[in-house]
Amino acid sequence: MQQEELIPHLFRTEYSKIVAVLCKLFGIGYIALAEDITSDTFMLATETWGQKGLPQNPAAWLYTVAKNKAKDTLKRNILFDKNIAPDIKRSGTEQYEMDIDLSDRNISDSQLQMMFTICNPCLTAESQIGLCLNILCGFGAEEIADAFLSSKETIYKRLARAKEKLRTERIKIEFPSPEDIAGRLNPVLTTLYLLFNEGYYSSSRNTSLRRELCVEAMRLNHMLTENDGTDLPQANALLALMCFHSSRFDARIDKDGAIILYEEQDENLWSKELIEKGEYYLNRASQGTYLSKYHLEAAIAYWHTKQKDTHEKWENILQLYNRLLQIEYSPAAALNRTYAVAKADGKEKGLIEAKKINLSGNHWYHALLAELYTGIDDGESLTQLSLALLYAKTTADKQVLEKKILTRVK
Amino acid sequence: MTEFLLIFRRGAVEPNAHLSPEQLQAMMKPWQDWIGSLAAQNKLVDTGNRLEHAGKVIRPGGLITDGPYVETKEAVGGYTLIRANSMEEAIQFSKDCPILSVGGNVEVRAIIPMEGN
Repeated sequence: MQQEELIPHLFRTEYSKIVAVLCKLFGIGYIALAEDITSDTFMLATETWGQKGLPQNPAAWLYTVAKNKAKDTLKRNILFDKNIAPDIKRSGTEQYEMDIDLSDRNISDSQLQMMFTICNPCLTAESQIGLCLNILCGFGAEEIADAFLSSKETIYKRLARAKEKLRTERIKIEFPSPEDIAGRLNPVLTTLYLLFNEGYYSSSRNTSLRRELCVEAMRLNHMLTENDGTDLPQANALLALMCFHSSRFDARIDKDGAIILYEEQDENLWSKELIEKGEYYLNRASQGTYLSKYHLEAAIAYWHTKQKDTHEKWENILQLYNRLLQIEYSPAAALNRTYAVAKADGKEKGLIEAKKINLSGNHWYHALLAELYTGIDDGESLTQLSLALLYAKTTADKQVLEKKILTRVK
Repeated sequence: MTEFLLIFRRGAVEPNAHLSPEQLQAMMKPWQDWIGSLAAQNKLVDTGNRLEHAGKVIRPGGLITDGPYVETKEAVGGYTLIRANSMEEAIQFSKDCPILSVGGNVEVRAIIPMEGN
């Protein structure tokens, strides 16, 4: 990996780990201090590596520098000694080294506890999501703003307010009690779900970055299923969903970063390993009676791992969407349900349902109508394609639609 | 947007006990598709519930009878809560309700909002 790629890559993977460990050590009131130390570490890495070349093990280099910087801070910061770390102080200077534990075990424990701290009910859902992306995934305010169609300033303020709230509420970095876990897990799962979608559906052409977001979401989710306290059906269901989706990662984007539609994907490029993993986690999710939206979405994704169209496949998908929409409405689910109606019960029925949901102005809606009118009213189909192109926002979506229109006109 | 309670009544009692799983499945699909269609239009507030056929009616003076179908013939079989722009729209949604194809009917009642909401 080239250096200009390596630093962002390490930033993604290591920044949040170091911040979590330092925060766990200092207490939640000192997120900013933990972030400053970590940012300084990366700054020094950029300068040093630029001059001297890459160290043998860049991650270990970062850990050592972060440890030393943290120790220096602990030693010289009088305020810190007085207010934050009386326990650390009592155990003497030599203890610092032992306390800054950047072992895999402590990193994962700290991150898991951090997940719950951030998802404390004292914060609004959007603050929780923002902080998770910021602290656990190393997202900057700008990226979070992109993901939530918001401005950088709004996100920046939101993050600062949320950190302040955690400080004033003196939230501990620890696991919730067993009876609180199920409720507290929901916002954690929502965050991971959004993080995964950000990678999977992002319009960014930077496929390696996108894949990294998905891998990060799966890594955090995997941490939940690996821990007895958080290994709940809904966490397994979400992981199953991510496995099924990411099994198509290689098949759904061409070498130029353009999207390849599901029907046109080369099934041989689908990862059998990830599909099997998805089935494994879906199985584990099926213990108990609780049915989350992740169960339904994972089951839908399971059927999509079978490319061949059968009535059984589409009838199952339709019924799963019927149930999913009862749990939570979304335009995307409404559109997908309508497509499933057409696949299971015919295009005429699909058209009737499509007209009912009326999502004019949503380019996916017009693309769906174009598909349903094909063979029934080809003129109308072309009109709908043009409307879809008119409303499409991303270059990738526009390209797919332009290609479709061109083949029609010829 | 007003909320409407849809009350499903069916006429003659047809116990489902002797239906095969395939027949039951075939009966379920229209309901699932109808509810799913309402949900896809973001008009579903609460799927509601189906009710057991048998019930009791409690009257003043400690009088308890089987019912209520003994007197009314048509028993309430279930309910669903939807939202609609008008009574007309709520009626339009109800016209597709599968209960109509098995001899039942739908009663549409607007919910009176709580004051202050």
